[in-house]
Amino acid sequence: MITLKNINKTFRIAKRKAGFGSAVKALFSREYEYVHALRDVSFTVSDGEMVGYIGPNGAGKSTTIKIMCGVLTPEIDGGTCEINGRIPWKNRVAHVREIGVVFGQRSQLWWDVPVIDSFELIRDIYKTDAATYKRNLNELVELLELSEIIKTPARSLSLGQRMRCEIVASLLHSPKILFLDEPTIGLDAVSKLAVRQFIKKLNAEHKTTVLLTTHDMQDIEALTQRIILIGKGQILMDGSLAELKKKSPTGANAEEMVAALYKEYEI
Amino acid sequence: MKLYAKFFMMHIKSQMQYKTSFAFTFVGQFFVAFTVFLGVYFLFLRFDAVDDFTYQEVLICFAVILLAFSLAEMIGRGFDRFPMLLGNGMFDRALVRPRNIVFQVLAGTIEFTRLGRALQAIVVFAYIIPTSGIVWTWDKILTLCLMVVCGSLLFFGLFLIYAAFSFFTVEGLEFMNIFTDGGREHGRLPFSVYGDNVLRFLTFVIPLALVQYYPLLYLLGREESMFYAFTPVISLLFLLPCYALFRLGLSRYKSTGS
Repeated sequence: MITLKNINKTFRIAKRKAGFGSAVKALFSREYEYVHALRDVSFTVSDGEMVGYIGPNGAGKSTTIKIMCGVLTPEIDGGTCEINGRIPWKNRVAHVREIGVVFGQRSQLWWDVPVIDSFELIRDIYKTDAATYKRNLNELVELLELSEIIKTPARSLSLGQRMRCEIVASLLHSPKILFLDEPTIGLDAVSKLAVRQFIKKLNAEHKTTVLLTTHDMQDIEALTQRIILIGKGQILMDGSLAELKKKSPTGANAEEMVAALYKEYEI
Repeated sequence: MKLYAKFFMMHIKSQMQYKTSFAFTFVGQFFVAFTVFLGVYFLFLRFDAVDDFTYQEVLICFAVILLAFSLAEMIGRGFDRFPMLLGNGMFDRALVRPRNIVFQVLAGTIEFTRLGRALQAIVVFAYIIPTSGIVWTWDKILTLCLMVVCGSLLFFGLFLIYAAFSFFTVEGLEFMNIFTDGGREHGRLPFSVYGDNVLRFLTFVIPLALVQYYPLLYLLGREESMFYAFTPVISLLFLLPCYALFRLGLSRYKSTGS
């Protein structure tokens, strides 16, 4: 169960004009710009739900995920965030044991050694017991068709192969919640399909709660019943894909609908 | 500890993938240290003693500091290149894993090529331990070990400060090298040769002299008090503010994300 209530986050960014003069000036007095990354963000995700978290670049998706992972702390002004009864940034170690995170653009595999070695080290980091590890590994490897690949060093894998391995790495400790930050970015059609199919199966069979961010509307259509739309740090819409469809001109595909929504909210 | 051993094996496996590169860096590190040694050697071709310390006595300083630094760099390299971990997201990854943060940064990088420098230090030790004229009783052996171990921890503390600063700024971090690389380079001579003010600074502010100058006096029998033998242990107090600073930086990082 994920509950966010009135979460705010403001970043202070030092800014200066271009040029040497302003660089010198910045040494003595800095001007700051305050960026409201998140404003009053509230939503609840039940156990076993699969939610698509969408919005344009810079809308605050990654910030929200980072807060839910315990990497960032939100402002302390009454907002609360509770995940499985824990506050992520207060109880980091206990919290992260129960979540899995895939950052699509960043790898967690050791570059130069066979992927299976990385998996084993991750097992030791999470102190996963041998039986659970073996069961999870066998199942994941079979589902994602990785049995040949895991003996290869991560650096020689294609992006699609690597992403599938990343997902395995995040699931070896049987997390209750999986955060996927752009899991299909840059993948070819076949790999995308494989990843989607797998996520669907994972959610159906293990009741793993999945929250994924993406720019690919086909991901959303294939995977989630519910979408949360964020723009300029605010939740703009929280509802089913069907509701979204009602709002937009008939015959439009999801891609166009979302673009229309972005326009409507001027984000 | 067991997990650290596993990380250790992982790094060996990784670095053995690039055998040639490893060999070159290893040899390179050895020779970099060797030029510093030559500096000391040529100095003593012209002078018999520096500030009352003979060639052999100075070489003890050289070897102690070099070995301490190499070990600190080999194990603590993750903190030495901390801005990179922040930049490439490795640090965020550490934050979403259920282990101590300092441990993860330590285990995340182990730089075996620094053993090239350590080897240099060991060669010098092999030369001076029998020729220095010191009678190696147990207390002196212990003192020497303390100098190396505590020195290593002290350099590690400096790396921690460096990492702490990199939470706040990415610019101007080079100034920390005055203390890390500077400490290594200048530590080849007993710190007293740089004058009273420097010695005071290195005693009370950044206590490098506590692992080098004072215990050296004990080794050479110039000071009889056992207190001098244990000054390296006192220097470890320095780690407390280092760690506090790191925690402070970490909490700031968590609130700014950059």
